[in-house]
Amino acid sequence: MSNANQAMAARYKNNFLKEIEEQAEMGEWVKMCMQCGVCSGSCPTHFHPGWEHPPQEIFMMIRAGKREEVLTSPSMWMCTSCYNCYVRCPRKLPITHIMHGIAEYAYRLGLAPKMQPTLHLSQTFWRNCTKTGRVNEVRLTQSLYFKDGFMAGIKKGLEMKDVALGLIKAKRLNILEALGFGHKCKDQQGIQKMLAKARELEAKRKNRQVTA
Amino acid sequence: MTSVVATNQTILVVGGGISGMTAALEAAETGKRVVLVERNPWLGGRTAQLYRYFPKMCHPTCGLEINLRRLKANPNIQVLTLAEVTGISGTKGDYTVTVKLTPRYVNERCTACGECAKAVSTEIPDAFNYNLGRIKAAYLPHSMAYPMRYVIDKSIIGTPEAEAARAACKYGAIDLDQQEEVISLKAGAIVWATGWKPYDAEKITPYRYGEFPNVITNVEFERLADPHGPTGGRILRPSDGREAKNIAFIQCAGSRDENHLRHCSRFCCMASLKQTHYVQEKYGDEAKSTIYYIDIRAIDRFEDFYAKVKANPNVTFIKSKVARISQDKEMNPICWGVNTEGYKRYSNTHDLVVLAVGMEPEVKGVDIPAEVMSDSSGFIMADPANAGIFGAGCATNALDVNRAVQSATAAALRAIQVVNKLARAEA
Repeated sequence: MSNANQAMAARYKNNFLKEIEEQAEMGEWVKMCMQCGVCSGSCPTHFHPGWEHPPQEIFMMIRAGKREEVLTSPSMWMCTSCYNCYVRCPRKLPITHIMHGIAEYAYRLGLAPKMQPTLHLSQTFWRNCTKTGRVNEVRLTQSLYFKDGFMAGIKKGLEMKDVALGLIKAKRLNILEALGFGHKCKDQQGIQKMLAKARELEAKRKNRQVTA
Repeated sequence: MTSVVATNQTILVVGGGISGMTAALEAAETGKRVVLVERNPWLGGRTAQLYRYFPKMCHPTCGLEINLRRLKANPNIQVLTLAEVTGISGTKGDYTVTVKLTPRYVNERCTACGECAKAVSTEIPDAFNYNLGRIKAAYLPHSMAYPMRYVIDKSIIGTPEAEAARAACKYGAIDLDQQEEVISLKAGAIVWATGWKPYDAEKITPYRYGEFPNVITNVEFERLADPHGPTGGRILRPSDGREAKNIAFIQCAGSRDENHLRHCSRFCCMASLKQTHYVQEKYGDEAKSTIYYIDIRAIDRFEDFYAKVKANPNVTFIKSKVARISQDKEMNPICWGVNTEGYKRYSNTHDLVVLAVGMEPEVKGVDIPAEVMSDSSGFIMADPANAGIFGAGCATNALDVNRAVQSATAAALRAIQVVNKLARAEA
């Protein structure tokens, strides 16, 4: 258990709903769910593997205090942000945002499932993009392809070879990015400062310590 | 010219459904003078369009007959049909009301013999049966219509058809020269009982009402089950006329939904439970009903009714609001969703889907020509600002027949108080 996780578990002893309401973005909406099932029925993921718990079940599990099961679940990470549930919810719960809020909270506590594809993509994309202010597409694709090992990466790369060549030909992809060249922002330090300031403001707003 | 005898001690009742009739009768039976204004060519409103009542499963025609008898026996009530209030001015105890009267083209000499209908061939949608069938443009609205008089639809006025209808009438009852008129009358108090309308199911897009023929509403289902309805009381699929023996009822279709009606319409749970009785009555053990619900709101003495339906092995309850409906090649509707009890996904094929649509107040969005307060759903609220105008029945809340009658009686008493105060002041 991470320190943050231990601290939160101790602080909200036996009241997981309150914990979600106070700590997770949009968590205050969870109690408004009336368990009609429209969100789950409208979800386009059709419960593919990994989509264990539909939104209404997650909300019920939160009320039932199933802390470990909710926070370690891959379900929130499977959301495609199609917003079907959001627009159809009879009680106007911002379901898509609640799912993201719970996912982010689980990540903050270090409970999010390791190597979950959506989480992996978010992290990789963020690091890649914030480093120079521009996305290094070659390196981003590399890290995604080689996520499950060297051979899997090679295989995936060969599968996508024609697309890549087409992009290079159309000058949409700069192969030199692999070596660290390619487009970048002029004021890279300025960007880092901006992000640091944003984190500080966010932490202040939520009354939390600054997290990386 | 229609003449109305009214003073500032007259009570005006707007709407001639079960609430309006009740308010008018209760007031008139205490000796007050009442003018009852109804938009349709007949009295009884949506109650008259039901097949049976819950919980006793008796026919609304019975209650309607009692009320009509009280009405006919009471000289204090004047009924204006095909009439709509267009303006209200003045204050509590002294209102002046303008009423627009649409011609019926048939006078009081009509004996309802039906010869005019035989002479006419043009057909119009059958409004009484929620447009499920078509009727002649010279028609008796329904078999218990009051007044028991035919109506000539304005669509054939000025055509040879109308002349043919007039020629066919042996009693000289058809008067094609009738004109729209606006009359003005006095009233001390006004009871506003304009009732409700079924929520427009086409707005609930995932249910595809209006697009899939075998997705219908609960009010239409009432007409299908009624022997006086378009199918003679047989529950048939609109697409192919086949008997519907596997019927789904979807609760809260529009109600309890911030995107549609934010209130609980209160009657739809009981209405669907009642309608499973129709299915059982017509087909016995051959037919199955499935109710998709969020929670069943059968409170108080209705709990017994619910318990009995629940005990019926031909009725299944699925705790889930259906997310969407699709249709297969045979035009069978398929309900998709997730069952809250176990969170399992389902897709169930049915012969017919009945949407338990909710109540939308008829006054919603309508500019009542006076200061009247309404709530966030559009129902009239009790408020001192309403002065001498009192809401009654479903104009004030989503109510079943029983509670609408209670509400109407209360409104009548408030109106009587206003008029009594005036009478005392003048004495």
